[in-house]
Amino acid sequence: MSILVYTESEQGRFKKIALEVASYAKAVANQMGTTVTAVTFNANDASELGNYGVDKVLNVTHNEGFNAKVYADIIKQAAEKEAAQIIVISSSADSKYLAPLLAVGLNAGYASNVVEAPTSTSPFTVKRSAFTNKAFNFTEINTPIKIVGVSNNSFGLVENLGSTTSEEFSPSITSSNVTVQSIDKATDKVSIADADIVVSGGRGLKGPENWGMLEELAEVLGAATACSKPVSDLGWRPHSEHVGQTGKPVASNLYIAIGISGAIQHLAGINASKVKVVINTDAEAPFFKAADYGVVGDAFEVVPQLIEKLKEFKAQNA
Amino acid sequence: MKILVCISHVPDTTSKINFAEGDTKFDTNGVQFVINPNDEFGLTRAMWFKEKQGASVDVVNVGGSETEPTLRKALAIGADAAIRINNPATDGFAVAKQLAKVVQDGAYDLVIAGRESIDYNGGMVPGMIAGLTGANFVNNCISLDIDGDTVTASREIDGGKETLSTTLPLVIGGQKGLVEESDLRIPNMRGIMMARKKPLNIVEPVDAITETNSVKFEKPAPRGAVKLVSPDNLDELISLLHNEAKVI
Ligand SMILES: Cc1cc2nc3c(=O)[nH]c(=O)nc-3n(C[C@H](O)[C@H](O)[C@H](O)COP(=O)(O)OP(=O)(O)OC[C@H]3O[C@@H](n4cnc5c(N)ncnc54)[C@H](O)[C@@H]3O)c2cc1C
Ligand SMILES: Nc1ncnc2c1ncn2[C@@H]1O[C@H](COP(=O)(O)O)[C@@H](O)[C@H]1O
Repeated sequence: MSILVYTESEQGRFKKIALEVASYAKAVANQMGTTVTAVTFNANDASELGNYGVDKVLNVTHNEGFNAKVYADIIKQAAEKEAAQIIVISSSADSKYLAPLLAVGLNAGYASNVVEAPTSTSPFTVKRSAFTNKAFNFTEINTPIKIVGVSNNSFGLVENLGSTTSEEFSPSITSSNVTVQSIDKATDKVSIADADIVVSGGRGLKGPENWGMLEELAEVLGAATACSKPVSDLGWRPHSEHVGQTGKPVASNLYIAIGISGAIQHLAGINASKVKVVINTDAEAPFFKAADYGVVGDAFEVVPQLIEKLKEFKAQNA
Repeated sequence: MKILVCISHVPDTTSKINFAEGDTKFDTNGVQFVINPNDEFGLTRAMWFKEKQGASVDVVNVGGSETEPTLRKALAIGADAAIRINNPATDGFAVAKQLAKVVQDGAYDLVIAGRESIDYNGGMVPGMIAGLTGANFVNNCISLDIDGDTVTASREIDGGKETLSTTLPLVIGGQKGLVEESDLRIPNMRGIMMARKKPLNIVEPVDAITETNSVKFEKPAPRGAVKLVSPDNLDELISLLHNEAKVI
């Protein structure tokens, strides 16, 4: 028995969340006295996983792109081959897509949005966020095979230097009736899910024409841009940037909210972010109660200054 | 086309979340329950298929009798009939097994569920229904068009979107984008009157073991007060973020 972890890559390179779930899997393996096997697709160099505690890598060569049903079936075969009782996955859109199919395939209990290493391995108990980050829930998984979906950025990367062996894995490929026609993705931008830092704007920015300074701030910080719900409803920004209880969850290290009031539904989606900064003209805005650092001021004055100062800071610390 | 919309009965987004019985139960005291927002988008898209393509639309919930007002609201918005599977909604897998039975018995072509519920946030029920019934599955669905058996859908991916083609029978995990916020409907008087006469059938559950169970809840630790920085002293903000918070 080993722990199986699904490590996602993009253009052959592991995503940060892949290294995070590997770190998580290693922590579980230590608790249970076993080893970690990773299953991965089209990785250029699987040895990187060895730095995060993976003992063995099953590399699948599959050139047809992501398909939830096909991938779920391949991971199932990997789990069977390794007699894995615990499968660790991330909270990426793709992992959340395939996880319920995998759970049905293996008759496994599945806990999503898990934020810590298991609090007990017998009964197997995990802490997960619930009520859109307004609370946590301790859940026991009772089935022989268990799937743990780790919340992005909750566990972090933990180096565990070791060596890893790699083998080609050639599972049988199932067919799927769902085919991708096109992918529309801004490849030059950091996505909210992957970002360490998110710069987010609200209705206080008055109109889409004022987003230039936000994008510039994001560029200086290497951040993703996001927005409040009314901003996407008004069509100032794409829906994919809407964060909050009914939008995307944000679990970044730093979340900078500019001209956002801090309504409960907005805060619910960004609660899992570690450090929050608010810039708002209204000192009474609810966001100040949820933030770590705040500037009471006009975004149109503060943000351009902040950009200049950050550029100086970056130049000095480069 | 026969459509089934899965409706999760959840606390209103403004609800304060508290727990009772030694933090083992959600405290429903003073909490307003609503149709899960993701399901409301799905229901509204279903109404479009009903009006433009002559589809029939049933709604279903797994829950106790306390969820009936939420189902009535869905009927008032325009669904034809409601089904309540008389079982407390415990774990997502068990709920999916109950729903899969109704989907198969009713021979539905399209099952619309939400990407996730805002209470349990499992994000698992729609995918599990698809897995259990063998239907095609599109998660995080932000657009859906159907012509005969042919489906064109798109889903949100990290950093963009993907357009997919597939066929019925299909299950989707839907969200905003299926319809716009401004398209959502508030039941009118006529709808509410009509809803009273529409069927709300109670179905007894099938046996299903629960794979997971909730042991306890916990609220996030209270946070310290915000540190205010003067807009004339942004160097201090940068220094705090660098030296104290260590995030830049
Ligand atoms: C069912 C439901 C679900 C919802 N889900 C979400 C969700 O997922 N995400 C979400 O974001 N919202 C959600 N909402 C909406 C939420 O209730 C708020 O309406 C919304 O978050 C407010 O957006 P805002 O802060 O951008 O705008 P506003 O509330 O209008 O706030 C604008 C802020 O900008 C400040 N401001 C104005 N000018 C300046 C300036 N020059 N410089 C700096 N600050 C300035 C103002 O003081 C104010 O605080 C939901 C609502 C409902 C009912
Ligand atoms: N008890 C329930 N009854 C009916 N549908 C449900 C129930 N629980 C979840 N669903 C559906 O499944 C979706 C995802 O829920 P979840 O997997 O709990 O996040 C919801 O948006 C609903 O469409």
